[in-house]
Amino acid sequence: MPRRDDIETILVIGAGPIVIGQACEFDYSGSQGVKALKEEGYRVVLVNSNPATIMTDPEFAHRTYVEPMTVSSVERIIEREKPDVILPTLGGQTALNLTVALSEAGVLERHGVGLIGAQLESIHKAEDRNLFRAAMERIGLKLPRSGYVRNLDDARRVLQVTGLPAIIRPSFTLGGTGGSVAWREEQFEPLVTWALEQSPKHTCLVEQSVIGWKEYELEVMRDAADNVVIICSIENLDPMGVHTGDSITVAPAQTLTDREYQEMRDAAIAIIREIGVDTGGSNIQFAVNPADGAMVVIEMNPRVSRSSALASKATGFPIAKIAAKLAVGYSLDEIRNDITRETPASFEPSIDYVVTKVPRFTFEKFPGVDNELTTQMKSVGEVMAIGRTFKESLQKALRSLEIGHAGLEPPQLPQGEAGTAALWAQIEKPRPGRPWAIAEAIRRGVALDEIQQRSYIDPWFLRNLAQIVEMEQGIAAAKQEADRVAWLRPAKQAGFSDARLAALWGTREDDVRALRWRERVRPVYKRVDTCAAEFEAHTPYLYSTYEDECEAKPTARRKIMILGGGPNRIGQGIEFDYCCVHAAYALREAGFETIMVNCNPETVSTDYDTSDRLYFEPLTLEDLLEIVEKEKPEGVIVQFGGQTPLKLAVPLERAGVPILGTSPDAIDRAEDRERFEALLEELRLERPPAGIARSPEEAERVAERLGYPVLLRPSYVLGGRAMEIVHDVASLRAYMKHAVKASPERPVLVDRFLADATEVDVDAIADGERVVIGGIMEHIEQAGVHSGDSACSLPPYSLPQEVVAEIAEATRRLATALGVRGLMNVQYAVKEGQVYVLEVNPRASRTVPFVSKAIGRPLAKLAARVMAGATLRELGFTEEIWPKHFSVKEAVFPFVKFPGADTLLGPEMKSTGEVMGIDSDFGRAYAKAQIQAGNSLPERGSVLVSVRAEDRAAIGAAVRELADLGFRVLATPGTAADLATRGVRAEIVPKVGLAKGGELDTVQRIQAGDVDLVFNTVASDPAAVRDSASLRRSALLRGVPYFTTAAAVRAGVGAIRALRAGSIGVRSLQEIHGL
Amino acid sequence: MSSSGPKLPPPALLVLADGSVYRGSAFGAQSVQAGEVCFNTSITGYQEILTDPSYAGQIVVMTYTQIGNVGVNREDEESRRPFLSGFVVKELHEPSNWRSEESLDAYLKRHGIPGLAGIDTRALVRRIRDGGTQIGVLSTDPAQQDAERLLARAKSAPSLDGRDLAVEVTCDGRFRWDEGRWSGISGQVPRPERPTPAYRVVAIDCGIKRNILRLLVENGFEVTVVPSRTKAEEILKLDPQALFLSNGPGDPAGVEQIRDTVRRLKDELPIFGICLGHQILGLALGGETHKLKFGHHGGNQPGQDLLTKKVAICAENHGYAVDAESLRRAGEPVRITHVNLNDDTVEGLAHETRPIFSVQYHPEASPGPHDASYFFRRFREMVARHVAGEKVSGAQIAEGK
Repeated sequence: MPRRDDIETILVIGAGPIVIGQACEFDYSGSQGVKALKEEGYRVVLVNSNPATIMTDPEFAHRTYVEPMTVSSVERIIEREKPDVILPTLGGQTALNLTVALSEAGVLERHGVGLIGAQLESIHKAEDRNLFRAAMERIGLKLPRSGYVRNLDDARRVLQVTGLPAIIRPSFTLGGTGGSVAWREEQFEPLVTWALEQSPKHTCLVEQSVIGWKEYELEVMRDAADNVVIICSIENLDPMGVHTGDSITVAPAQTLTDREYQEMRDAAIAIIREIGVDTGGSNIQFAVNPADGAMVVIEMNPRVSRSSALASKATGFPIAKIAAKLAVGYSLDEIRNDITRETPASFEPSIDYVVTKVPRFTFEKFPGVDNELTTQMKSVGEVMAIGRTFKESLQKALRSLEIGHAGLEPPQLPQGEAGTAALWAQIEKPRPGRPWAIAEAIRRGVALDEIQQRSYIDPWFLRNLAQIVEMEQGIAAAKQEADRVAWLRPAKQAGFSDARLAALWGTREDDVRALRWRERVRPVYKRVDTCAAEFEAHTPYLYSTYEDECEAKPTARRKIMILGGGPNRIGQGIEFDYCCVHAAYALREAGFETIMVNCNPETVSTDYDTSDRLYFEPLTLEDLLEIVEKEKPEGVIVQFGGQTPLKLAVPLERAGVPILGTSPDAIDRAEDRERFEALLEELRLERPPAGIARSPEEAERVAERLGYPVLLRPSYVLGGRAMEIVHDVASLRAYMKHAVKASPERPVLVDRFLADATEVDVDAIADGERVVIGGIMEHIEQAGVHSGDSACSLPPYSLPQEVVAEIAEATRRLATALGVRGLMNVQYAVKEGQVYVLEVNPRASRTVPFVSKAIGRPLAKLAARVMAGATLRELGFTEEIWPKHFSVKEAVFPFVKFPGADTLLGPEMKSTGEVMGIDSDFGRAYAKAQIQAGNSLPERGSVLVSVRAEDRAAIGAAVRELADLGFRVLATPGTAADLATRGVRAEIVPKVGLAKGGELDTVQRIQAGDVDLVFNTVASDPAAVRDSASLRRSALLRGVPYFTTAAAVRAGVGAIRALRAGSIGVRSLQEIHGL
Repeated sequence: MSSSGPKLPPPALLVLADGSVYRGSAFGAQSVQAGEVCFNTSITGYQEILTDPSYAGQIVVMTYTQIGNVGVNREDEESRRPFLSGFVVKELHEPSNWRSEESLDAYLKRHGIPGLAGIDTRALVRRIRDGGTQIGVLSTDPAQQDAERLLARAKSAPSLDGRDLAVEVTCDGRFRWDEGRWSGISGQVPRPERPTPAYRVVAIDCGIKRNILRLLVENGFEVTVVPSRTKAEEILKLDPQALFLSNGPGDPAGVEQIRDTVRRLKDELPIFGICLGHQILGLALGGETHKLKFGHHGGNQPGQDLLTKKVAICAENHGYAVDAESLRRAGEPVRITHVNLNDDTVEGLAHETRPIFSVQYHPEASPGPHDASYFFRRFREMVARHVAGEKVSGAQIAEGK
């Protein structure tokens, strides 16, 4: 069937900010989709509130709206752009939910907008568990026994059918938010209550547990001619019970016979037909009883998903791109396979390697949160590795994670019984350390049967782990060089890293590499070609392995290699991938061949289309040196992928690899505390008084000298890992004891903490001669909140002009002194008119995409060109841009996924994503950003105020404004008394647990729905924080907007005023920047 | 001698007639075998591949690397034993599957088939893809690891062209088949009911796969299987209502006798042919066949029905194909109904006037997707209408008329 000519304009809905369960895979799919639709000649309109996405670059869609993803805002976009249809299947659950909401609000009907890809009926059938069950029963397939629940009475009834353990799944939530497993009677009702609260429809499913069954996923595509193909099968190493996003997953499925696999395939095809997904991709999950092969359907996503991104990267089949083409009428046989060029897309990829995905967790960011893995997703990123065998791909994936593992090292465990108990605790209850724990159990001689019985992991996977352990023991026993040489090839074929071999041999990684190179044990590169070599591949999408034939075929062109950012984590996310992708685009435009190296399957950078050549490889020195040796690039870019490649800059340079842009020495000068201080001194720039401690005693001395409060952190960190503000010597001692181990090699940095200072972030670009400021951002939250977690405004909304000018000048001088060639980010604090330099990072920063969208110039692209030798004059970027509009960035947090986590902000970064609000004044822009971050500010209602003494003056004024606007004020006793002195009458509400008689305390009032807005700031002592945590937690769970800093309260009240002043309009980036 | 190096596995090697040598480790039986080397891109289904008699005379390389994972069981055997000459994998695994009865290694040992593991199978596959199918010799005999000698043997080994391999794999005598489709797991898509009445079909066994027999039963046939060289008259004596021509190994030009049987019966009975059966039909109708560069062997091939335009993902296993031009020249009223979209090979034929049709790929799957199973329903429909006295043609059936 040919292209549909009855439609002209297509509205694509993006996925919004990065949250757990919905990460940059939707930028990958969305940008592919938008590109494909544009190629087909449609006018594409995009809405996505996430500025750190490639898809929202103004050159992607015809009209790009970085605007709130709400019904009213999208209706305004529809009014302006008059799309014929909406494509809702590329933007994850957010897009599907928004589409359903648009339909329910009558917007689609009102404006005559249709849907392509999936119709509402199909979305409902797939998403509504009752309808889904009925559909499955119609085609004779089975689901776990279950019942739909609206209240506790229903739940008790359903429990009779399912028995315990029971799985609880709220409807219409992301990444299984609110999902859980009730093992015991007494857990059941609280968990159901929680799930009901989480569900936007206040319904959930209580389901028979199939914990321990094998879990599979199939990625299915269907076209309008009803051709259906399976792109990829995936088997989870972690059996049912762990969310698939938190599971180690392997493609293709390993332990199904063809008969069993084909039955699953038939079921998947029957499902996509019954649900009625017209065109495009769907993801269908199954559970299989390992004892008798019994198969049940778990769920279906009628859209592209995290798994479809993984499947695309695993097979080379671009699911989202093809889905977009199918949505506009093409059939699979009419679309060519890009990789083979000659064969059509109507086939099923065959792969001749094994793909392993391993999730990356950040439980260390959320103290006190249980790290058990359940049906609610908690990982923040993932890596994928390709190897010819499972062993090789698993070990490559483990070293890609960047959590300090070069392979399956023995975990640190207590001695004796306690150690054994700790080991089993990791194996029986799935936790992030499970693969290492299993390997250790094998090392200790535990029978695989026992591990299987206690973990339910399929013996096939356990046997592979056992083979790795067995090899490891053989390797460790090889003392003679000849024996070691004999081990090199088999060890490398099984995926052992040089670093792991060095550990086993008690030598250094460099020595292993030297031995290996001398013995010519070097990797070859194979192509990912969709067809297991049946046809020639024209796309250099490569992975390493230790075999005979190399298919890399490097060219003789001028080439630049770009190192990606590895797995997403808090502190290093999509923003860095955005920069890497821009570097690839810019350098390709400038005529270079671009080579991308990365191991994150969610990203745009690992799309084989983004660069000329893609190496899907771990970002370790070993793996990179091999690629450099093969490709011999003219230069390598390490400054765009965040800390991951940056920390490799010096070792790479030492190994003779040419690093482009700012020199590794300049990077070191900015990162090394002592060299940095010397630089500031030379430039006569101020920084907060600071010192370095190499031991706990030294830390105390330094803190004493500087005066409390002090900010403590280990050197070389990103995202505020282990950063803490301490107010007294006792907390300092606790930090030095528990948080970090200071040593001469790894000192702890001690800074005087500038309480209540305003922080400022600056991104600039320099070419060695000229420095141009990209943007100066004033943070909303005061110093002490990590810059990644703070909202910020571009241009500054409150700083005096002369301070802004001083900051701009300081930035120019720093860039010049460091010899920056490319991007630089500087953080400042302003206190009482004095400007302090906090840190300088001569590299791409988290704010580059935001700034680029705010000023309408692609900073990362310009920087990449500069690094490759162009001057800013040649590129036409010589003047700062001072936009007329305000852009506000707001952070988005994963607290809701971590039961028990406090929502207070601090120096440790906790946000996963960001949104952007753009408008003519600060108040409106901030209001938009809040709406986008899910903090829907009320225009009326009641505000609950409970604030610490220091903030009462500032917050009191803000509360008074709200009272004047007609808000009802509730306050805890101390705050109420203070407000009274400021002329604000507040109803007194007791603090948590202090209510008497029939009174309700703060938490109860929130739960009762009496509160529309919460202002809560806390003194920094741990007791006060603990006492008020439940207040913040209940606001979070009830979806009540809350502010936890005085500055945010002020901005929030300004935003409410702006909202009341009139409805908020929408504008596209193209209009804003006159493009 | 050191004792701390890796343990060396028993050696094995494969030598191709072009002189390339692949050294790895041995599994399965200790033996030296020559065969035509081909590769199969199916990820699942190695046991069905091993026991598909169409691989007689061939050494099969699996492109997927982790083989042996699900072991071997009796249910999944496609014939009484494996007939291939050798089996090559990247990495051999011990089984983990609830139906597994034996490891792949033990199974191949029991059946005398040598296996080679641990080589760069992708390099080998690319060599065959680029250089075409060729003869190779696989040795798992530790005493015969000399590449030169094996090369000499590879060069002198006969090719498959023109040989009747069907006679080596066909059944010893006539038998009835009653077993229907597998419905071994709870939760699978329910099967439609078997239609009645059952029609009598004689299946000429050129190396027939059991799943063909199962699907014939499932679609309402009473199946009698006869050896490949059974004469037309003997078949007619069984009073069949239809004839089925099976898949099988080797070159269709090598089985002239079956071709003649089909020529004799084509005006008497409705006929359905699969794979080799399809090629024999093409020859019986006056066409020619030619050898493909490296054949189609896998479970992901796009087979398009030219009338409905629908694409079935299908299992294919053939090294020869019917030449479209030759059929047109022959003047027999035959229509090409299906093609492989990868290279436009003829994959289906239907007669314009007689109740005859055939398919090059494997609607019985096993291994492979079930998308093309509609061929069996079409056969049932054609036979029913023919038996009812209607003058029905294969082309009419293909058109859904």
